[in-house]
Amino acid sequence: MTLSRSARWLLRGAMALGLAFIYLPLSIVLVNSFNADRTFAWPPPRWTTEWWVRAGENAGAREALWTSVQAGLGATGVALLLGSLVAFAVQRYRFFGRETVSLLVVLPIALPGIVTGIALDTAFRSVMAPLGVGKGLFSVIVGHATFCVVVVYNNVLARLRRSGGNLQEASADLGADGWQTFRYVTFPVLRSALLAGALLAFGLSFDEIIVTTFTAGPGVQTLPIWIFSNLFRPNQAPVINVVAAVLIVASVVPIYLAQRLSDTASGGRL
Amino acid sequence: MATSTLDRPAGGTTALRGPVRRLSAWLHRHAGVRLAALLTAPLFWLVIAYLGSLAVLFVSALWTVNGFTGEVVRQPTLDNFRTIVTDEVYRTVALRSVGVAAGVTVIDTLIALPMAFYMAKVAKPRHRRWLVVAILTPLWASYLVKAYAWRVLLANGGPVDWLFGGPGSGPGYGLGATVLVLAYLWLPYMILPIYAGLERLPDSLLEASADLGARAGRTFRAVVLPVVVPSVIAGSIFTFSLSLGDYITVQIVGGKTQLIGNLVYVNIGAANNLPFAAALATIPVLIMVVYLVAVRRSGALEEL
Repeated sequence: MTLSRSARWLLRGAMALGLAFIYLPLSIVLVNSFNADRTFAWPPPRWTTEWWVRAGENAGAREALWTSVQAGLGATGVALLLGSLVAFAVQRYRFFGRETVSLLVVLPIALPGIVTGIALDTAFRSVMAPLGVGKGLFSVIVGHATFCVVVVYNNVLARLRRSGGNLQEASADLGADGWQTFRYVTFPVLRSALLAGALLAFGLSFDEIIVTTFTAGPGVQTLPIWIFSNLFRPNQAPVINVVAAVLIVASVVPIYLAQRLSDTASGGRL
Repeated sequence: MATSTLDRPAGGTTALRGPVRRLSAWLHRHAGVRLAALLTAPLFWLVIAYLGSLAVLFVSALWTVNGFTGEVVRQPTLDNFRTIVTDEVYRTVALRSVGVAAGVTVIDTLIALPMAFYMAKVAKPRHRRWLVVAILTPLWASYLVKAYAWRVLLANGGPVDWLFGGPGSGPGYGLGATVLVLAYLWLPYMILPIYAGLERLPDSLLEASADLGARAGRTFRAVVLPVVVPSVIAGSIFTFSLSLGDYITVQIVGGKTQLIGNLVYVNIGAANNLPFAAALATIPVLIMVVYLVAVRRSGALEEL
């Protein structure tokens, strides 16, 4: 669009302000992790690295991190399988209720997390518990997988739409059976979409707190739950600050991976 | 070594490929079986585990809790819903939650539109990728970390207070802080779909509009807006729904503010009234279902 100079500068200014709005709070947390003052008075009176050392020695945080990783891997595994299956069905077949199925996949993230959480909680309490299956890590994985399916589904569906079915037909014409076509043609085409979906699913699960609160059994503490339960304890504030700073810095890793995986600039989004 | 690799392809694979081939040929002829094989597991999960849980939730909303024993009475009654409709507290909280969700959505749309437009149409193509990365990165920084960042910023004597001239002079925690922080949290969910929509809009259309004599405002209304609206609606599903159910941010920066999420949380935890919590949870479900059905025609769901 032919924009006037002033319009361009206005838009540039809006972009800069928006980015400042996004990054200032995050940088404050980073700076504060070196703030020697326990209450984080601003501006910081002195600097220290003591909190980093203390956070590194915190067993609760480490344990919670491990639980989060287990839950994330479990949920990602289930989401990869179910999401791909639905994507294939929706892309390759025209069937009654196809629209409903795609809406059903979106529903768990379209409805507020507290609804998904309380629904699963109610189901576990009134249906699963009498059957002898209590809440634990398993129920967390069930809860997370339910809303992770959609990210794998979206990534795989987009890739299937773009690649079409020509390669598969060519493969069949050349005499390959269904398994060979999948192994040598379909899967390689999908690989990076699957990885991107897995990355997003893991990220969603790793960050989730509301559904986790309602589905975690006693003693199952993921990292967000650990952070939240320590958030209002004044003497834990410095450690929380360092954990927060680490999570901010660590968020560069999935972004880097997602950028390498996705072929379009916006391919890594939900 | 050499002999074994020579041996295997000839004998091994044909023996193995026979049944595989027959199965794949049979599957090729039976599309219905293939479809069933694809859909059984996901539908089992989504219908049984998810919709089933939702159904249990709605059924338990019709139950009550015995005031003396604290045990759930499994007898269907509309008492919970009657309380929600007649008691003013719940109406106020429901309206406040919808107001917060709508406010967050409007703020995010207003911030996201110019940013997404700049990214898609003004920035140089080689800068675009980096701008997308800059918008995506905070999505990976944990939700709690971002809410916590604002707790630090808005704290008594924190940076915002300091900016306004000393402890207690900033806005502090409260309803305003809740809206601000929710808008901050969900902003990328609004920018990204709008950017994706605008990226698909060919520049030639904008040029054609200008060639035909339209000014920027007219071009925006006639060419950009029709493309942007489904994207904004797609983004609004996230900003609206995520705000509607939130109770964590409210606890972190909301002061004494109560939203639907908090009431559900309190009733399921401290009050131990699961049926009433379930009845309260049907409010956001109803609102979101009405919203999803209303926007389905706009094609927004394809943009998610």
